Amino acid sequence: MPDLLNPRLLRNLLPAFSLTVLLLLIFYLQPRAMSYFGLNLLLNLALPIAFATLAQMCVMAVNDLDLGIGAFVGFVACVGATFLRDTPALGVLILAGCIIAYAALGFLIHVRNLPSIVVTLGMSFVWLGLALLVLPTPGGKAPDWIRSVMTWKTPLFPFTIYASVVVALVVHVVLMRSSYGTVLRGAGGNPVSVERAGWSLLKAKMTMYAMAGLFGIFSGVSLIGLTTSADANIALRYTLLSIAGAILGGSEFVGGRISPIGAVIGATTLTLAGSFLSFLRISPDWQIGAQGGILILVLALRVLINRSEKR
Amino acid sequence: MSVPGQSETIIELTGIRKGFGAVQALGGMDLVVRQGEVLGIVGHNGAGKSTLMHVLAGTLVPDAGELHISGKSKLAEYGIRAAHMNGFRTVFQELSLCPNLTVTENARIMHPEISGLNWRKQARALILDKLDQIFPGHGISGNDLIGDLAIAKRQMVEISRAFTQSSQAPKLVVLDEPTSSLDSVVSDQLLTYVRQFVKVGGSCILISHLLNEILNTCDRIVVMQDGRAVDERPTSEFNRDTLVESMGSVARDSQDADDEKAVRRSDEAKPLVSVAPNKTPAELALQVYRGEIVGLAGLSGHGQTDTLVDIFLGSARSKSADAGPMALVAGDRQVDGIFPLWSIAKNVTISSLKEFVRLGLIDPSAEQKLGETWREKIGIQTQDMNNNIYSLSGGNQQKALFARALGSKATLILMDDPMRGVDIGTKQEVYELLRSEAAKGRTFIWYTTEMNELEHCDHVYVFRDGDIVADLARQDMSEQQVLHASFE
Amino acid sequence: MMSPAGSRFERLLNLPWIWAYLAAITVWLATIFYTTGQGSAQILSAALSFATFSVIVGIGQMYVITLGPGNVDLSIPATMTFAGAVSMKIIDSNNAMILPGLAIAIGCGAAVGIFNYGLIRALRIPPIIATLSSSFLVQSAAIAYGRGIKIKPPPMLADFTTWRIADIPVLALCVMALAAVMSLVLHRTVFGRSVTAIGQNPRAAELAGVPVNFIRFATYVQSAVLAALCGFLLSGFSGGASLNMGAEYLLASIAVVVIGGTLVAGGFSNVSGLWGAAMFMFLLVTMLNTFGLSAGFRLILTGLIIVCVITLAGGRRRI
Repeated sequence: MPDLLNPRLLRNLLPAFSLTVLLLLIFYLQPRAMSYFGLNLLLNLALPIAFATLAQMCVMAVNDLDLGIGAFVGFVACVGATFLRDTPALGVLILAGCIIAYAALGFLIHVRNLPSIVVTLGMSFVWLGLALLVLPTPGGKAPDWIRSVMTWKTPLFPFTIYASVVVALVVHVVLMRSSYGTVLRGAGGNPVSVERAGWSLLKAKMTMYAMAGLFGIFSGVSLIGLTTSADANIALRYTLLSIAGAILGGSEFVGGRISPIGAVIGATTLTLAGSFLSFLRISPDWQIGAQGGILILVLALRVLINRSEKR
Repeated sequence: MSVPGQSETIIELTGIRKGFGAVQALGGMDLVVRQGEVLGIVGHNGAGKSTLMHVLAGTLVPDAGELHISGKSKLAEYGIRAAHMNGFRTVFQELSLCPNLTVTENARIMHPEISGLNWRKQARALILDKLDQIFPGHGISGNDLIGDLAIAKRQMVEISRAFTQSSQAPKLVVLDEPTSSLDSVVSDQLLTYVRQFVKVGGSCILISHLLNEILNTCDRIVVMQDGRAVDERPTSEFNRDTLVESMGSVARDSQDADDEKAVRRSDEAKPLVSVAPNKTPAELALQVYRGEIVGLAGLSGHGQTDTLVDIFLGSARSKSADAGPMALVAGDRQVDGIFPLWSIAKNVTISSLKEFVRLGLIDPSAEQKLGETWREKIGIQTQDMNNNIYSLSGGNQQKALFARALGSKATLILMDDPMRGVDIGTKQEVYELLRSEAAKGRTFIWYTTEMNELEHCDHVYVFRDGDIVADLARQDMSEQQVLHASFE
Repeated sequence: MMSPAGSRFERLLNLPWIWAYLAAITVWLATIFYTTGQGSAQILSAALSFATFSVIVGIGQMYVITLGPGNVDLSIPATMTFAGAVSMKIIDSNNAMILPGLAIAIGCGAAVGIFNYGLIRALRIPPIIATLSSSFLVQSAAIAYGRGIKIKPPPMLADFTTWRIADIPVLALCVMALAAVMSLVLHRTVFGRSVTAIGQNPRAAELAGVPVNFIRFATYVQSAVLAALCGFLLSGFSGGASLNMGAEYLLASIAVVVIGGTLVAGGFSNVSGLWGAAMFMFLLVTMLNTFGLSAGFRLILTGLIIVCVITLAGGRRRI
């Protein structure tokens, strides 16, 4: 029954609604943004942030939090701008090792029942240190193929939009529509009953962490495609942005409630928020403040919706 | 109705024992479930029903006894998997669905064999067909999130899921209070289906506090008491009264009706506490007068704990009631009472800390003194009150929680079934203490699941489905009356 | 604590904070062994100076973490920066304004703490998310207010924060006194007792009559106030408030708590371990510097040590 006041529908529409409102405001303030070039400029960095947000979402799905994702993305960017260009085979090997490392983190956290915040915060230092070893000073150069993909002049809309839509749909199919994706989310929702049905919680957690590693790699690689060179500190902000993006997109901190499409939308909203402020001629100083403000606003709206649901 | 003896035995338990610390939850339980029958299990609190269920579901391993499936001894390899492989399904009272998944997806979690590209279609068909079959007109869609459904609908999904067939057909379905959150129409649908299910060869175990349900649906009824089957007859040989009768046994040794107290009650002007939980009518409201020991009875989980917590937190928030300071003695020690990292002394003094403060700091010697006083007074068996709380046995841990409440300035003490898992010696000591404290003017509200403890109470209120359904004064309280009120 | 009293040595090893000190001493010895004793005192003195700031924020974070799983204050860096920027601008290098500036810094901290707990309660969100979102706002406010201009601290504050008597930093002595007081508060006041009770079992605490919401509120405010104090002092120490001055203190505040022997699961903590852990963290960096290792290696080792400590400590849970 498509009830317009159905809380679940409202909840699912909230991220898209926030994005639309923001876009309309931007177009109203700056009609020139409504062009191929304008959109390209506005959404320039949306894709790497979207990937980082998806990575964060995977970890949140199993009731954890990754405070090292930003440093990890930075490390991947450094590897991308050096090994991946100079010795591609070794580069790919390193990145594959990263996925294994993430799965191992999931293993450690599950088996020893550790607080993910502390472990991933410690790992953020490891990633940052590794990045500095790979690339002690900013520089390096992105492989040409990545560069050409990221700057691909697609017809009608900028590449970022197509890529975001495709990524959102693919991850949606994997996590929300596939049969094992159901088990993965169930492991966050009611671990006891999932285990009683004969599934391995350890495997679920390791899979989710490995996926987080994979998306972190996509984030770093797409980032250097846009910036051409890398820097160990290039993505430290992504840790906070990814958490905010996932929450904005309707994922919840506990209970396995996630939404890949929402996460991509949330990341895009955060990217746009910065541009919006500059159109308002508000100093860029307030950019992260605005991101925090939007986050609080959306959380408050969600409380209201949930409260109406209770009735 | 099937004729016993002609049909095949599905599972047979003999002499099953299971203990938790000092408590023997199952003390030699025998049970036979035959094909094509609905077996009813009734019993009062602590009879061992839920432990038995967990043994059947494979989630608890018994300490001793035999388990035969289709005539073969299976106890060694019995577990969750084995139960599943044999087609034994259990619907527990606590919901075991994933709230973040849809109805369809929850069906899939339980049936790993559903896979392939159209798994969603298979799973949806599986669960919705069963829902349609059991609860026609249920109004649930496969895409509904469990978390968004009302509790009754979740229960319907959970029950239907237990009856679904994939690679394993359900052979025995155990239903624990399945109708507790369903309305009468839906309950009837379920019980009708249960009869259909056994007609085509399935078996069911039904546990319910609604005796009419049991009498109308079951072929055979087993009455449990103290972890054993004490009576077992075809349903036709039971009626409501005989059923209630066989559930109770504890003969009261003395009927020392204390008329003095009954008189005193009407004299007093105002009750200390007056609450009407849930939809309780005003004339049955819980009323407690100073110096009384008031008992809360009924089957466990029917609103007694909630009422106690409401009284406790209500005063903590508003202080409007003139009940004075109060303290609560937790029954579920691990969850509601114990601070696991602390010493016995610190566990005892947490509710009295303000009294030891000198110049902003807690005076350790005063604190120590309170601990020592109560160690002697209540007899906590330990060398040193500074030992960790877990160095004590369960009964002594409970004594420490009593000491916490009685050692505080509280004049009203709330007790949430505090004697769970406590040995008989400790109990006697505590009863003694309660009586002397009540004589000194302290007031007690005592929720207990043990029938004989009600004899220590001046007044007993029986709870059912969150409401108070009976108000019994000490002189006219009997076990039969409590049982009659507890079961609908 | 069930173990019978073993030898004195065994009892010493059972102290939760002893490992941090042992590690700090080991690292220090390794360093002076390498430099053949040169500058051993200066290293300690410098370590004391820098550890001071980690300890101040560490105390606040420790109380928060003691509240139990899910409790952590991620707004510490932003609060430090904000309080530092606001107070330095108001003081405007004027000695006479130091005390009002301090009051304002502490006021900033209290405001952030109240806002944090307001979010936790009103939006019913986990503290991590609440302190994270508020840190966005606070950081922004600091940037907008400070405009990136580094105002010199008043001379007296700068002198005080860098004052040494016989090579011992006076500020470190003051913070040791603060730590002693906070240790007393933890173990000997109703507030401290309530915090540890909530961390072990919040429901039992509530049913034992502990005002859970008020205690949690006070703990978050305390953490933010200490962060603000740290920002104020650090501005004096490092020649003004800079916009990223708090950045390294997010990890530092959590790391000193974990390494110092506090249970991450909550309900059990100690203040003295903070000093050992903070000294260890600084001495480790010094040691790696002395060995001539690059910044990359230093970070990797720091990170790995934290992961190792938490992995080992995770098994120590007694529940």
